[in-house]
Formats: sequence, C-alpha cells, structure tokens
Amino acid sequence: MSLEAMLIIAALLFCIGLYGALARSNVIAVLMSIELMFNGVNLTFVALARYVAPAAIQESIASVLTGQVFAVFVITVAAAEIALGLGIVFAMYRSNGTVDLTQVAEMRN
Amino acid sequence: MFLQDLAFWVIAVVAVGAAVGVVVVRDLFRAALLLALVFVAVAGFFVLMSAEFLAVVQVLIYVGAISILFIFAVMLTQDVRQGNLPNRLQIPAVVLPALLLAAMVFTIFSTDWTPIPEPQRGLADLVQTQSVGPVENPALQRAGITDPAQQSEVQSAGLADLLLGKFVLPFEIVSVLLLAALIGALALARGRQGAG
Repeated sequence: MSLEAMLIIAALLFCIGLYGALARSNVIAVLMSIELMFNGVNLTFVALARYVAPAAIQESIASVLTGQVFAVFVITVAAAEIALGLGIVFAMYRSNGTVDLTQVAEMRN
Repeated sequence: MFLQDLAFWVIAVVAVGAAVGVVVVRDLFRAALLLALVFVAVAGFFVLMSAEFLAVVQVLIYVGAISILFIFAVMLTQDVRQGNLPNRLQIPAVVLPALLLAAMVFTIFSTDWTPIPEPQRGLADLVQTQSVGPVENPALQRAGITDPAQQSEVQSAGLADLLLGKFVLPFEIVSVLLLAALIGALALARGRQGAG
C-alpha cells in the first residue's frame, strides 16, 4: 500500500465514473457515475493528506488534516447535489414520462 | 504491514470491480447495489488511511442515505425495465477517460512527492487517527510523545478546530448551500400545481 497505488485506484474510479457519465442514457445511471467520480476525488484528497507533507507542516501539525477537511466539504456538496439531482429526475419523469436522456429534448432549440 | 497490504488489495479489487459493474450492468437496481458496495469499499480505504471520521461519515451519508435515495429513484421511475441503455457516444466515451487515465498515471509516477518528514510521521498519524476526539495522555505516552509543547500541539489539532477555525467561511457557505439544496429539492418535488 503506497501513495501511488492509492492514487491509481482513485484515478481508476474517476475514469470509470467519467465513462459511465458519458456513455449511459439513463439519467439515474449518469448520477451514479458522478457519485463514483466524487469518491475518486475524495480518495485522492485523503491519500495526499496521509502521505504528502503540506507546506505548512512546520508551523502546525494540524495541517495534515486539511485533506480530510476538503473531503468533508466534497461529501457535503455531493449530498446536496444528489438531493437536487434526484428532484430534477422526478420532475423530468413527471413531465416527460421517461428518464432517458436521449429522449428528453425540452432544452433544445 | 502484510495484513494492511492484503486488505488494501482486496478492497481495491472489490472497489474497481464494483465500479465497473455500476457502469456496465444492465439492471439499474443491481447497479445501485453495486454502487453501495463501492461506497463501503471507499470507507475501507479511509480506515486504511487512518481517516476514521471520514469512514464513518462515508458509511452514514453515502451508504445510508445516497444509496437509499438511488434505490428509491430506480424504483419510482418506470424505465427500470428498459435497463441501463448505452447512448450513441460509445467511442468518445471510452477514448476520453482512457486518455485521462493515461495522463493521470503518467503524472502520478513522474511527480516527485514530498513525503511527511520522519520526525513528524508519528505525530501526523496520531493527529489523523484521533481527529475528532481530544487525544488522551495515555495515547500520547504510547506514541512516545513526551515533550509538553508537542503534546499540546497534538491535542489542539482536530477536524472540528479546523472546520470552525481556519475553514469557517467555507463551512458556513456549505451550510447555506445545503439549505438552498433542501429548499430547491422541496420546490422541485412539489411540482407545478403547488408552486403558487
């Protein structure tokens, strides 16, 4: 277990999520893929906090927690994003009867 | 150390395998369950990287709330039967993440990372592992920290102190964002007829 292995796992999660977000046509699947990307980013934050010295480490040892603080913020924003995203999915389903992204064209033209 | 490595590789295989499953499986309900598995695996990674607080938050918020929301959404929309259809972007959707992955792997190996200097390694471990509660004196003794200045430094380091001290402005902004998301989700869920 090393920094590189951890970062590669995180990069894999991010890229798998990116593929899913681009290639799926169901909007719920796209939201799931975006969650995968969020998790990849969180892993990167925590791995860097764990293994890499921040510039401020000489002033205060508490700066090794900065990565974890950012991960907390990312998790919060992800929760807000998913609540809103699913709200939009339901509104879309009510007005269109489908959650297929290729069939929703309200914003076109 | 061996056990740690073993746990790391087991969790890594589970995480990546389940993540591939999420984007490949046709049945959306199974994809939601696999997504929960990815979240649990990431919580395992957090434990391995001595971020216990984040692991708990991950289980509570992702596994406990977001997965359930996804399962609700899958259940409540009718397209479950059609499954997780691909769209017409298959080739760019493979090429772009592959290029990005190659670039990231290259950067990961070519960057000269600055590791935490050896004298502070133990301190950093202690601070990260005990990030929520105050570090008690026996724990400090066990970690071999006897210098009073260092002891008080470790004891004053914590997630809560950072969140409500140095990062208080982002903290408040995120609170307002959550409030706005809450109101927005309610407004969206009420629908058009209730908007007046």
